[in-house]
Amino acid sequence: MQIRLFSVRTRQQVFAQEYTAPAANPRQVAHTIADEIHMQQRRLRGVARTKIAFVSDRTRERQTGTVQNRDVKEIWMADYDGANQRRITITRDTNLNPAWSPDARTLAYTSYRRVPTGGQADIFESRIYQGLLDNPTKGIGENHLVAYSPDGSKIAFTSNRDGNPEIYVANRDGSALRRLTNHPAGDTSATWSPSSAQIAFISDRTGTNQPQLYVVNADGSGLRRLSVPESYVDKPTWAPAPYNEIAYTARSGGGFDIRVYELSSGQTRQVTFGEGSNESPSYSANGTHIAFMSSRFGRYQIFTIGRDGRGLKQVTREGTNQTPAWSN
Amino acid sequence: MMTRRPIALVALLMLFAAGCGKKQPPLATPAPPPADRTAAAPVTPPPTRVETPLPVPAQPPLADDTVASRTLDDLNRDSPLRPVFFQVDSAELDDAGRAAVGANAEILKKNATWIVTIEGHCDERGSAEYNLALGDRRAVAARTFLVSLGIAPNRVRTVSYGKEFPFDPGHTEEAWSKNRRGHFVITSR
Repeated sequence: MQIRLFSVRTRQQVFAQEYTAPAANPRQVAHTIADEIHMQQRRLRGVARTKIAFVSDRTRERQTGTVQNRDVKEIWMADYDGANQRRITITRDTNLNPAWSPDARTLAYTSYRRVPTGGQADIFESRIYQGLLDNPTKGIGENHLVAYSPDGSKIAFTSNRDGNPEIYVANRDGSALRRLTNHPAGDTSATWSPSSAQIAFISDRTGTNQPQLYVVNADGSGLRRLSVPESYVDKPTWAPAPYNEIAYTARSGGGFDIRVYELSSGQTRQVTFGEGSNESPSYSANGTHIAFMSSRFGRYQIFTIGRDGRGLKQVTREGTNQTPAWSN
Repeated sequence: MMTRRPIALVALLMLFAAGCGKKQPPLATPAPPPADRTAAAPVTPPPTRVETPLPVPAQPPLADDTVASRTLDDLNRDSPLRPVFFQVDSAELDDAGRAAVGANAEILKKNATWIVTIEGHCDERGSAEYNLALGDRRAVAARTFLVSLGIAPNRVRTVSYGKEFPFDPGHTEEAWSKNRRGHFVITSR
């Protein structure tokens, strides 16, 4: 396949490339071309070959055992535009909050597994192209909301192993575990800065069940609060460089909206405007777009939108779909 | 998407071809016709309706472990253990909550082998991620009070489901009040 791009203005060829690929997967060729043109013409890492992982109950299978009337929640993934929706977990139980490793080859998530005396939430990693399963947190306490450091060396997660929800950092395999926060209030929902040097999270230490935004160095020093206008915020997501900002879920009226905190100015701006409830933002690898879940058309579905709040696209339509994670 | 249809069609053709291939050997070999039902099927007339019902074979007795697990499910479906309800955005037990846990403690003292899991649940007005922490604290609050009433800590586990599994799918205050709960599940008896 040959691609040539001509500039109408200059009447010159600006891009030319030849590709060889199996005819069975024309999408992959088209997406590769789109990404390379983006990079060559706009110095922008394209998203055409990225994936969005999320939680879905679309199979309508019922959980078995002592818990009645609950649909299974499994981890699914799709191309960035919603094509090729594929199921990742087949536990027929509850799986929540997927997170991509920086190389986009591993999905980590919370899975509720049957241990001898009932369900327990723990973090598992599916190496999706090898079919291997890891369990870095090894069933110690209840573990949730895992996040990979952008340099790929560490994970941060929430655990109640010492009595209440705190943020912990460990190597990818769970070794060298360190407790990052230490407060009787709840600390949860960690996200790494692009340099892997800092972690933002939420804590309700200033008031009962009024979660606020905090930042701490990855070694536990330098904890400070980032002042946001809302009394209740959740799921901070640090944007990749060059955008110096953190998107988050903000309570707004009866529901939630996606907002962005700009670290340079301390100002916030709105991305969604009260169409249904909007939660759980996740940036695209180039920072230009945000995936989130919204109830604007009924049940929660996954959408993507520009970081300026324009260009809304629906990614899922079947069942209820929640908590997206956008891959590199 | 575009390639799906031809592939499906080819797969269908292959299935058809495979089906034909399987049927050929019985036709070629002189097998006794009554024994070969697949080869005989196309030429036999449709079966006439049998008016007298066929005798239903007696059910074999269920194995002991099946009985045990069914009983546990039945027990939880109509549970003697009461749920604990919470105020909005709160993980503190109120008077009614303490009374419910107290009643559950008495039942657990009478059934000394029971092991329970307390599930923490939240209503949909909280956000997904923070609700997991809130549900955790609700379950732990109920467990802490239960243990203070003399129930052994190793008989009580907790798990948080956040707002993932509302008991009432409605969007009213009444529904939400049912969904902010510590739900007791008997996991062993």
